[in-house]
Amino acid sequence: MEFFERFAVPHPSPAIYASMVAIGLTVIAIIAGLTYFKKWGYLWREWLTTVDHKRIAIMYLISALLMLFRGGADAILMRAQLAVPDNKMLDAQHYNEIFTTHGVVMIMFMAMPFVFAFMNYLIPLQIGARDVAFPRLNAISFWLFFAGAMLFNISFVVGGSPDAGWTSYFPLAGNDFSTSVGTNYYMIALQISGLGTLMTGINMITTIFKMRAPGMTLMKMPMFTWSSLIANVIIVFAFPVLTVALAMGTMDRLFGTNFFTTSNGGMDMLWANLFWVWGHPEVYILILPAFGLYSEIIATFSGRNLYGYKSMVASMVLISLLSFLVWTHHFFTMGQGALTNSIFSITTMAIAVPTGVKIFNWLFTLWKGKIRFTVPMLYSLGFIPLFTVGGVTGVMLAMSAADYQYHNTMFLVAHFHNTIIPGVVFAMLAGFTYYWPKMFGFMLNEKIGKWTFWMLTVGFVLAFFPMYISGLDGQARRMYTYSEAAGFSMLNMLSFVGAAVMAFGFVLIVYNIYYSVRYSPRNIGANPWNARSLEWATHTPVPEYNFAITPNVASSEALRDVKNGHDLFPGKYEKIHMPNNSGLPFIMGVIFFVWGFSFVFAMWIPLIIATIGIFACMGYRSAEKDHGRYISVKEIEDTETKLRGA
Amino acid sequence: MKIDNSLPLEYSTDQNQLNILGFWIFLGAEIMLFGTLFASYFTLVDRTGAGPAGAEIFEITPVLIETLLLLTSSFTIGLAVHAMRLANKKATMAFIGITLLLGLAFLGVEIYEFVHYVHIGAGLQTSAFTAILLTTLGTHGAHVTFGLFWGTFILLQIKKRGLTPETGNKSFIFSLYWHFLDVVWIFIFSFVYLKGMM
Repeated sequence: MEFFERFAVPHPSPAIYASMVAIGLTVIAIIAGLTYFKKWGYLWREWLTTVDHKRIAIMYLISALLMLFRGGADAILMRAQLAVPDNKMLDAQHYNEIFTTHGVVMIMFMAMPFVFAFMNYLIPLQIGARDVAFPRLNAISFWLFFAGAMLFNISFVVGGSPDAGWTSYFPLAGNDFSTSVGTNYYMIALQISGLGTLMTGINMITTIFKMRAPGMTLMKMPMFTWSSLIANVIIVFAFPVLTVALAMGTMDRLFGTNFFTTSNGGMDMLWANLFWVWGHPEVYILILPAFGLYSEIIATFSGRNLYGYKSMVASMVLISLLSFLVWTHHFFTMGQGALTNSIFSITTMAIAVPTGVKIFNWLFTLWKGKIRFTVPMLYSLGFIPLFTVGGVTGVMLAMSAADYQYHNTMFLVAHFHNTIIPGVVFAMLAGFTYYWPKMFGFMLNEKIGKWTFWMLTVGFVLAFFPMYISGLDGQARRMYTYSEAAGFSMLNMLSFVGAAVMAFGFVLIVYNIYYSVRYSPRNIGANPWNARSLEWATHTPVPEYNFAITPNVASSEALRDVKNGHDLFPGKYEKIHMPNNSGLPFIMGVIFFVWGFSFVFAMWIPLIIATIGIFACMGYRSAEKDHGRYISVKEIEDTETKLRGA
Repeated sequence: MKIDNSLPLEYSTDQNQLNILGFWIFLGAEIMLFGTLFASYFTLVDRTGAGPAGAEIFEITPVLIETLLLLTSSFTIGLAVHAMRLANKKATMAFIGITLLLGLAFLGVEIYEFVHYVHIGAGLQTSAFTAILLTTLGTHGAHVTFGLFWGTFILLQIKKRGLTPETGNKSFIFSLYWHFLDVVWIFIFSFVYLKGMM
């Protein structure tokens, strides 16, 4: 029994026991369902072993939506706890765990896979490629992300959640102050999914540089591909910093080293610096692809070319460079001195310039356009003013002298949610609605979609704008309660109401999917939105090989050119080379999960066995002879006839 | 699989070209990894706590031997790639074999060095300085160890399948990796050992 005691949750509550039961029942239901409907083979053949970028994208999408609800449940719990003063619903420990997991889940396991879903789905289609450069590696990336996400999520019921904040500052995150295994989960789950992210970065850059269709020069790429290219370059240069920081943190916690401790020469500020050298570029990894999606959507629904293509690209390159030069602004109050703070104030404010350029480019794209107010367009139009508010408060926070007032208050919380929700989440939902027909062959219901948009927007403003005021009044973030005399009650109640409205909005998305699956018409053609770029030039649903004939591209708006008489698909069918499916990536994901779990609980023998297993998989792959397969001209003709006939 | 014979073997197919570019990008990430380790090393180098400083524990002899072994192995892996381009299977295998042996010898000396450090009271837990020292060296050493297994796999594949576009590509990429580890070692030699002993 002693062996199993380590898996117990240190601060149990009825909610956690209820979750355990719920998780158990869900697992049983999934297994029973798969067995009853005889879907195991289908699941294995079509999904778990797939290397098709489109299917991997859909798996990312599903994971992101699931994590959105996990993180959203945390959010609503926090707002409920703070809705009234002196609330006893959650205790301090439980509240700490919830704000920590909310942050990590939303950034690493919701926003990142959401972005990767679009990168995976769209980049090969937008550049006219058959797949990504390394399809097998792409599957490994997904399964590593998934293993990391699952590992992080079971912390809640096995051993205890991390409770040191999503930034996990030392010495708080060290053994002295974080005694449960929670922070081990943080370190190791992020390490595993971070490896997957790095591989995606390498994969996508190689794909974009080497696999573009004939005629597509870099400056003729659709804007989403450009934004992804730059985001992936940031990934490749930022994630290794996180890798090192997490490795040091793990060693401090499990091997007794003194990197971030306060004794034997350790330096706690080193963690803060390393974390934000990764952490600040990370927010641009999320926002740049979001900007790319907005660019696609605004151009389509304005019926115009994107205004200022070159300045869009230049501003993103500039943002990516500046993103590495601002990290200190996350801790102006933590003792750098006036000169350092001033330099980082200026670099931070400088980011507002290229971002402003992009805002004006979108506005000029709208100028004199024939605007169609579809759901994706509503999100984009809501984004422009709301994100600008977030940007302006960002410049306020950038002033290091004034930051002594804002630091660690709800003002900061309001600011970063104000950039991430209208910036990233709205973009993801816009892209989700916009590309849904390309992915699944039918549209989401517009009426429900518009309701969702308005609920999310109104809910967002209600939930977060009061925090600006309560923050300026001195309400600290990460405090589990406050007294009535503090005077924050009304503002926090408003926030709770806003959060509840947003929650209804997210539930409506699920209802919309259900409703559209049942009632949406299926004969929508290849280009239901009347869009302009290459990804809409192939059939819906997209065949496995994407394009029967490699397109010959003349501009960034390839489909627009077709209407002006350009021959996008010259030549005739030839046999197409495609990669084989493989079970290895999934198996590696499982082994990495075991590896991570053993590491969290310092169980060295399973850890060593899992490590050997990982290297055995790599060795097997190295020795494996796998030259892929060919799709014959006959098969292509059959598929094309069938898809065209629909 | 189209093979373009006007190009060197390692570049002769589309997939080969993708692999090489992808690996260069990976090396970019590796530069960031070691860059972060070096930055942390310079931050923590004087934070020795109650433990020893670098000048008290570094010994020049094993370090010089390690340097000599690794630099020579970088030369021999270059010869291996040269032989691969001349389609000389035997010479390719011989030079990869020599490279791996030199790498193994390097690793042996490094393990001796680590044991020595722990023995004289400069272990992983002693101070922030010893932790970052052993982590930086250890990360490099772990890369060399991984390279030894990887190189052995490639050697076996060349033996079994000959010099094909695939094995040629693999040995070329392995050589990039090996040269990279050499470059990292030059930085370690200069900025950890020599600077530490000054």
